[in-house]
Amino acid sequence: MSDAKKAAGWTPEQPMVSIKDLHKSFGDLEVLKGISLDVMKGECICIIGPSGSGKSTLIRCVNALNDIQKGSILVEGQEVNDPDLDKLELRKKVGMVFQQYNLFPHKTAIENIMMAPITVLKQDKEDVAKHAKSLIRKVRLEGKEDSYPGELSGGQQQRVAIARALAMTPDVMLFDEVTAALDPETVKEVLVTIQELAEEGMTCILVTHEMGFAKEVADHIYFTDRGVIVEHGPPKTFFKKAKDPRTKEFLSQIL
Amino acid sequence: MELFGDFFKQLYDTTGWNFVIFYDQVEWDRFIAAIWTTIRLIIACLIFSVIVGFAGAWAQGAKSRIIRYGMAGYIQFFRNTPPFVQILFFYFVVGNLTPSYDAGGYQQAYIGSFGWAVISLGFFAGAFNTEIFRSGIEAVPESTVEAASSLGYTRLQSYIYVVFPLAFRVCLPALNNNLVNLLKTTTLAYGIAVPEMMYTANQIWSDNVNVPEMMIVLFLFYVGLVAVLVWGMHRWEKAMKIPGYG
Repeated sequence: MSDAKKAAGWTPEQPMVSIKDLHKSFGDLEVLKGISLDVMKGECICIIGPSGSGKSTLIRCVNALNDIQKGSILVEGQEVNDPDLDKLELRKKVGMVFQQYNLFPHKTAIENIMMAPITVLKQDKEDVAKHAKSLIRKVRLEGKEDSYPGELSGGQQQRVAIARALAMTPDVMLFDEVTAALDPETVKEVLVTIQELAEEGMTCILVTHEMGFAKEVADHIYFTDRGVIVEHGPPKTFFKKAKDPRTKEFLSQIL
Repeated sequence: MELFGDFFKQLYDTTGWNFVIFYDQVEWDRFIAAIWTTIRLIIACLIFSVIVGFAGAWAQGAKSRIIRYGMAGYIQFFRNTPPFVQILFFYFVVGNLTPSYDAGGYQQAYIGSFGWAVISLGFFAGAFNTEIFRSGIEAVPESTVEAASSLGYTRLQSYIYVVFPLAFRVCLPALNNNLVNLLKTTTLAYGIAVPEMMYTANQIWSDNVNVPEMMIVLFLFYVGLVAVLVWGMHRWEKAMKIPGYG
């Protein structure tokens, strides 16, 4: 743990990500209307809900891709809603994977993985290369190191994107509907990768429509609708004993 | 070389076509000097205009409104006035206002006609390059930039490592066009007596009364130069091509 993290006075017993009364608007449109949730170290939570309910906005706020109007997000004790936020410090702790992969198309798979540790963290190139190779193995893309993103399938690109985020050795991973753009066959290979990560103890926050996956992997499920958390609970009780009519309706449409 | 000269001498004696530069040592030296001046002028203008274009495209995205408005004004000024007028303006108006030194009885400006040609043509083509680079930058998806910032890149780092390399590929064909235009526009430096090819050809035909011959030489010279530039740019485009992209 770096000195900066210690200085924030955070200990692993406290929530790794702590969101309190989060409000977020785009112009006059209030997208998040007071969201609160905690994620402990090693936990994997899934956020589900109809489109437009603010799920993606919520996790984009966690690594400051969206600014916040009101409320607080603490990541290992670091306040994200702070005009003097040290974004680099935050983004070293938080990795993110996007729906559209967003790889750098002019760099090969291995270069995509190596770029940020070299330019941002100024790590030694040889160490980074070693780490990148082990990450390539981890996401099962041996032999694809020197392929460009345009030469890879969607599922392969998404696994490169996961490896790219992991190369920064984050403490929390955000997954924003990472399988939504994939073919049904390739969804599984990406989900397996995420599942392995979660099992290894990586703290994960997922926005997903994969209910089966959520049921299997998540420690806790949050259902959002129109900017609020309607209902939440561990998967066992959540899927069987949903109380709120909105949750029931949503689940009946999806399951 | 002697055979070469003899051929053109013979040509002149038999047909009257006077390619004097190929058999008269003095005119030949003038011609060669003009080639080098032209090439130096072109390279300096190309480099300067690309730098201006980069800086301009960067400034257009600046937070400060003053910088953005300044950029817009610069582009309008250079796009909406003829480059020849710009060259004359820089040399005779701005040049007069810049410091000079005593060069033994007369005042010599620190920036001469060559310098002012590079500055004015560089700014002229730079205004277009700015717009070309902007179009390339705008073609880079916002989501790709977001991916970079989520990896901890600062705005400058994401520009250097992600946005510019991608934008550059998008705008290379347009840049190619503009640089070819710039190459040809360097002939306007003639107006402020930069001893480049156009100016030298004029001097040679004034001394030898061989306008048609020198015109042919001029045309062939620029055809050759543009061919080299276009060839180079195409090779560059090919080398920058990304497998499976675009």
